[in-house]
Amino acid sequence: MRTIEAKVVVLGAQGVGKTSMVVRYVGKMFSHHISPTIGASFFTCRLNVEDTRVKLQVWDTAGQERFRSMAPMYYRNANAALIVFDITQYETFDAMKTWVKELQRNVLEPMVLSVVGNKTDLESRRQVTREEALQYAASIGGNYFESSAVNDEGIEDVFLNTAIGLIRLAQDSLCSSLRIYDLSDPMSPVSSVGNESGVGQNHHSLQMTSVEHAEVERPRLCC
Amino acid sequence: MASKGVCEEKKDADNNEESDVVPDFEPGASLESMLVTTDSFEELEQEMDSSFDERQMKESTTSTISEIQEELNDTTVPEDSSSEQDDKIIENDEVEEIASQLSETSLTSNEDANAAATPVGSLPEEDYWQNPEWKERKKHVFILSAAGKPIYSRYGTEDKLVTIFGVMQALVSFVQTNQDTIRSIHTGNSKFVFLIKGPIILVSVSRTTESVSQLVLQLTYVYNQVVSVLTSSQLNRIYEQRRNYDLRRLLAGAERLIDHLLNFMEREPAFLLGAVKCLPLTPSVRDSITQTIVQTCGKIKNLVFAILLAKSQLITLVRMKKYFIHPADLHLIFNLVNSSESFKASESWTPICLPKFDSSGFLYGHVSYLSDDCQACLLLLTVDRDVFFTLSEAKQKIVEKLRRSNCLEAINESVNRPSYTASQVGVPEMRHFLYKCKSTAQFWSPALEPPYHTTEESQRLLGLYQALHHHLHAASRPLKLLHQQLDKETMLGWVTSGFELYVTFEPLITKHSAINAVNKLLRWIKKEEDRLFILNAPTF
Ligand SMILES: Nc1nc2c(ncn2[C@@H]2O[C@H](COP(=O)(O)OP(=O)(O)OP(=O)(O)O)[C@@H](O)[C@H]2O)c(=O)[nH]1
Ligand SMILES: [Mg+2]
Repeated sequence: MRTIEAKVVVLGAQGVGKTSMVVRYVGKMFSHHISPTIGASFFTCRLNVEDTRVKLQVWDTAGQERFRSMAPMYYRNANAALIVFDITQYETFDAMKTWVKELQRNVLEPMVLSVVGNKTDLESRRQVTREEALQYAASIGGNYFESSAVNDEGIEDVFLNTAIGLIRLAQDSLCSSLRIYDLSDPMSPVSSVGNESGVGQNHHSLQMTSVEHAEVERPRLCC
Repeated sequence: MASKGVCEEKKDADNNEESDVVPDFEPGASLESMLVTTDSFEELEQEMDSSFDERQMKESTTSTISEIQEELNDTTVPEDSSSEQDDKIIENDEVEEIASQLSETSLTSNEDANAAATPVGSLPEEDYWQNPEWKERKKHVFILSAAGKPIYSRYGTEDKLVTIFGVMQALVSFVQTNQDTIRSIHTGNSKFVFLIKGPIILVSVSRTTESVSQLVLQLTYVYNQVVSVLTSSQLNRIYEQRRNYDLRRLLAGAERLIDHLLNFMEREPAFLLGAVKCLPLTPSVRDSITQTIVQTCGKIKNLVFAILLAKSQLITLVRMKKYFIHPADLHLIFNLVNSSESFKASESWTPICLPKFDSSGFLYGHVSYLSDDCQACLLLLTVDRDVFFTLSEAKQKIVEKLRRSNCLEAINESVNRPSYTASQVGVPEMRHFLYKCKSTAQFWSPALEPPYHTTEESQRLLGLYQALHHHLHAASRPLKLLHQQLDKETMLGWVTSGFELYVTFEPLITKHSAINAVNKLLRWIKKEEDRLFILNAPTF
């Protein structure tokens, strides 16, 4: 079995629900006690897609303006980005676009881009239409997802599709910083290219998430 | 001061009366300290103004952080260059007039009968400061830019208070044109205290009994909190480029840190004392925790501090050789940890500026709780922004080792055990005390028991300590022993070269019994010192 280890960065304006989404996915719960992220929080999770095990190192960044200048530290060498906005706040949609531009300018390697409109449980207060978001995501070659961390809707899809995208990226070997492990010894890091830290492994994952035999042919929401 | 009888001794008076007091011994004292120690309140107050690197490091031109980064090995003794304060208390008719206008309009104007029912958040500006709830607040804190732009208001929305901010800015610049610095204005029962720090102005409007210096100290803490999230260099640069900048954009989300800090200072004697409290642990457990950290992190280059804390109490602190941490910086770290629930969800990696250590730059912190079953928070602070994974791995190892040596359990036990109470000391007339060991900048106090167990009474008690502290440290006439018989309690304050002690007794205790009790207390602290204090200053 092949193992891919990839770095995923979660970006977006303050309060759009980035941490709630990640905690929902990794910890399988929604917490009302989540406070604004300070700097960035690090999570790991794994999922199996057919015969490939995908290990994700997730950097959940803080949306507060004062951490903005730190962002490159977290998105450097990322293989995938989840760029989140709040469907009930139009300005967070604009902020999301700014993040995309910044990534396009600064990350040279190809990456899996996913645009996520969160808080669909607040449909009545929606300010960003699905069409507009879909169109934007298509224009940047990314996928569009809608989710609700409160109701646990759509979040599995976001991570699963990201994993699928990463497998594709690895197969096309377009990306030198994507780490691929040998099947015989899944815990040993293969020569990691472009990994800034020099330490390529993390034995601790807060909670393992396994999506066994996920359907690759899942209906895509976009493109 | 509602004291029935006050008995004072001047600092330099011959100490014949104290012959029955234990000769100078200092429970909790140690030859080396990991904390920057400050002798007295005044010194602390000035200390708060001058950055740590200016005082302790030889070169004030290079920042401490870049010094570490360049691995300079300079061991020259620091020269002390704390600057004289030129602030004055202004007594100027015109200023008083403006001030009384300010207090008229903002805080003490006649109550508007209709305003009572309106919620504070939704009032138009005019009605806002007429709102009784807003006016009733005991202490307002405002931050504004030198140009008068609102930055922060403790209560209410800054937008709705534009006029007040304007008046405050006018006051400051009015006094500045006379080549003076405004420090405080006293009207009725309110004090207006100003602190001008580079491009920003901090104002406290207080109806508490706190002294001007204590309020200035609090404002300095607030300023340091701002620096801690932005760095002073960023702050100065912003205003050099744009005098009219709206700093709220950059501080968005950090107001909660300031709110939390102000509440924290209202319940914690640590700020007043300029000292840190430790989590009580048997010395062997504490040593073993410290050694685990030293051994695991010893080889990691550029790691400046490893700090382990629980419930706003220090468990251990390991530092890079030659570098110390200031209690004021540690208080900001406690505040950050206490107000950031998000650290509990996973490991975090965040820039942190410690204003006393180096106000010009960020350290990077790996912040995490030890484990789900041990709520102690570990911070590994480094000057290298690329070592997250190294530190993450080190943390994992530390936890494994601590678990194996049963230290996690010991920490939990101490965290969950009810704290010592004053009655356990065995002095029946004694209700509560604060003991600060000067040579280590650590303090200890027992749990609050009735009658001080309610929020109101505990705040009143802190107020009594503040007043006692103020009397003992009055710049014009510092005292070494003060015995105050008040209506509801008798307070005794004692400052020696080694410690500061503040004790609350039953109201009717005589001075003689109080001194006997203090002797007994000091002996008790001495007996417990290796559990209550950290007596060494470990380095990597
Ligand atoms: N109704 C609703 N509220 C949500 C949802 N997701 C998050 N929230 C709420 O939105 C607020 C912010 O959530 P966070 O997860 O802290 O947002 P964040 O993007 O991580 O914020 P920063 O860390 O400050 O950048 C919290 O009060 C959450 O409870 C959602 O799907 N629906
Ligand atoms: Mg967050």
